[in-house]
Amino acid sequence: MNGAHDCGGMMGFGPVVAEANEPVFHEAWEARMFALMSAVGDVGGWTLDEDRAACEAMEPGHYITSSYYEHWLSGLERLLQTHGLASAEEIASCIASAPSRPVTPTAADAVWPAVTAAGSYERRTGGQPLFRPGDRVRTRHLNPAHHTRLPRYLRGHEGEILACHGAHVFPDSNSRGLGEDPRFLYTVRFRASDIWGNGAPDLIHADLWEPYLEAC
Amino acid sequence: MNGPHDMGGFTGFGPVLHEADEPVWHDDWEPRAFALVLAMGMTGSWNIDEARHARERLPALQYWRSSYYEMRHYALVLQLIELGLVSAMEDEQGRMAVPPKPVKRVARAEMIPAILASGGPADRPSNRPQGFAIGERVRARTMNPRGHTRLPRYARGKTGEVVAVHGTHVFPDSNAHGGGEDPHWLYTVRFTGAELWGKDSRDAVCIDLWEPYLEKAP
Amino acid sequence: MAHDGHHHDHEEGSELSPIALRVKALESLLVEKGYVDPRALDVLIDTYETKIGPRNGARVVAKAWTDPAFADWLKRDATAAIASLGYTGRQGEHMVALFNTPDTHNMVVCTLCSCYPWPVLGLPPVWYKSMPYRSRAVIEPREVLKEFGVDLPDAKQVQVWDSTAELRYLVIPERPAGTDGWSEEQLAEIVTRNAMIGTGLVTA
Repeated sequence: MNGAHDCGGMMGFGPVVAEANEPVFHEAWEARMFALMSAVGDVGGWTLDEDRAACEAMEPGHYITSSYYEHWLSGLERLLQTHGLASAEEIASCIASAPSRPVTPTAADAVWPAVTAAGSYERRTGGQPLFRPGDRVRTRHLNPAHHTRLPRYLRGHEGEILACHGAHVFPDSNSRGLGEDPRFLYTVRFRASDIWGNGAPDLIHADLWEPYLEAC
Repeated sequence: MNGPHDMGGFTGFGPVLHEADEPVWHDDWEPRAFALVLAMGMTGSWNIDEARHARERLPALQYWRSSYYEMRHYALVLQLIELGLVSAMEDEQGRMAVPPKPVKRVARAEMIPAILASGGPADRPSNRPQGFAIGERVRARTMNPRGHTRLPRYARGKTGEVVAVHGTHVFPDSNAHGGGEDPHWLYTVRFTGAELWGKDSRDAVCIDLWEPYLEKAP
Repeated sequence: MAHDGHHHDHEEGSELSPIALRVKALESLLVEKGYVDPRALDVLIDTYETKIGPRNGARVVAKAWTDPAFADWLKRDATAAIASLGYTGRQGEHMVALFNTPDTHNMVVCTLCSCYPWPVLGLPPVWYKSMPYRSRAVIEPREVLKEFGVDLPDAKQVQVWDSTAELRYLVIPERPAGTDGWSEEQLAEIVTRNAMIGTGLVTA
């Protein structure tokens, strides 16, 4: 979806403000929010792609004017409802009224193994990649109503395949509960001057799945 | 500029809400804000393109957070302060602290109907030759200027067909930045939904675009 | 540290901001429903506040500077090379190391959310997650770099990497002059987080 999260190339947000000696969390609630998202995510039955899609589903004006962990709160509240873990009324009142879906929460001593486990989003498929490093490709004019990882600023542009990473879980399917549907993933190199028409000598790279690309 | 105003193609804002029997104003301050914006515009301190660009230059967060008349109010204040017509302190306190600067005109109540009736036509004579004809295929340039432009992001790099020629009009990209009216040929260009959005669509979007935004379709 | 989470937890609700109250209420609901163990939340927070952070990445960089075989491994298979130092897990499943050179400066962004290599850098700073950085890094990287005090010569090419998939990027900055003979530990001390994102350079 062309939501407010897809902000590459937008102007007017002002300078990047870096904080000296920035703490990991600025408020206690941010730390709790971070931990809640991680802990409930372990048992909630949703995927990382659904998680991202849920955070993007905020009304764009609200998304832009709220802070990072507020996006997480909004996403978690949405996921709890869509996955039947809590009702809108329970979230509004914060009083449990319905029986909870039986789950086994992650125990404190299971956290470290869980967060440091070497996972992978690469999946085996029978097929062969359509493109090879060095191939010229064009990104498609896609404007799906659902979650996608092809940013708007890169659509309809020519680039070059830099690397193929095998088949990876495809967010456009996985975010909608349609399964992992693995597709070949490439790093594609674009010339900044092609993207922006500004003559800049720089290069932009993005990791893009095969359905986002066509031969040119 | 790729500012917060350039909204074409965004999703996620939800349904368009229609209010039955909608009043002209929703709050008492709205008509005052509206009238102030118009009356100050009538002083001739800025042109319409500078006024539009002032709205776009509001901090993006403020723009997105504001209602329409809030946004117009903040843009007016921005212009007043930039031009030295009021100071930031005066705006805050609502009282005059420095003498007024002269303006070209102060619109009196009895002048308003005539001013509104005369409008602000934007067509201007020009010796520039017409570059494109009706039926011609043109491509909107890939450009991302930091200043004011009326070529929306969603149309850049896209190919369409000239469906109307409107003569030569004030060029906003110049007029918003003190570069003069610099009139250029203005066209209506029709883009198919398939070209703009990549979907199998029978719809089309027509956009009014000045000649410097366009090049011959490859 | 600018705050103490446990101290705030025991404050009266009326002193909390609206968002803090909402998160607190949601936590109590989810604990009541048995979905989360509150002690697990404490461990999660502590993990990313004190155990996993940019010191990990700095060790990777220092080793790459001093051990050519490791640098070569990083170029070929950064995930395995980084795992050999014990840095694995969430948001670092598929690592790519980007080596700065005299001709090329690499800079990492996630325009769509805020993807970041947690096992080597911890959680991202606020500016990395902010709209100014996400919107501008791809269209005016050199202006953004200047705001970080990095003024690159025109001849140097900027390569921006927009993290759209589960690949996570770690910039290996150039080793500064005047550090010959330094130990890995000494070198790791001078490697900054920003240098590993690409918004800083390492100086001795």
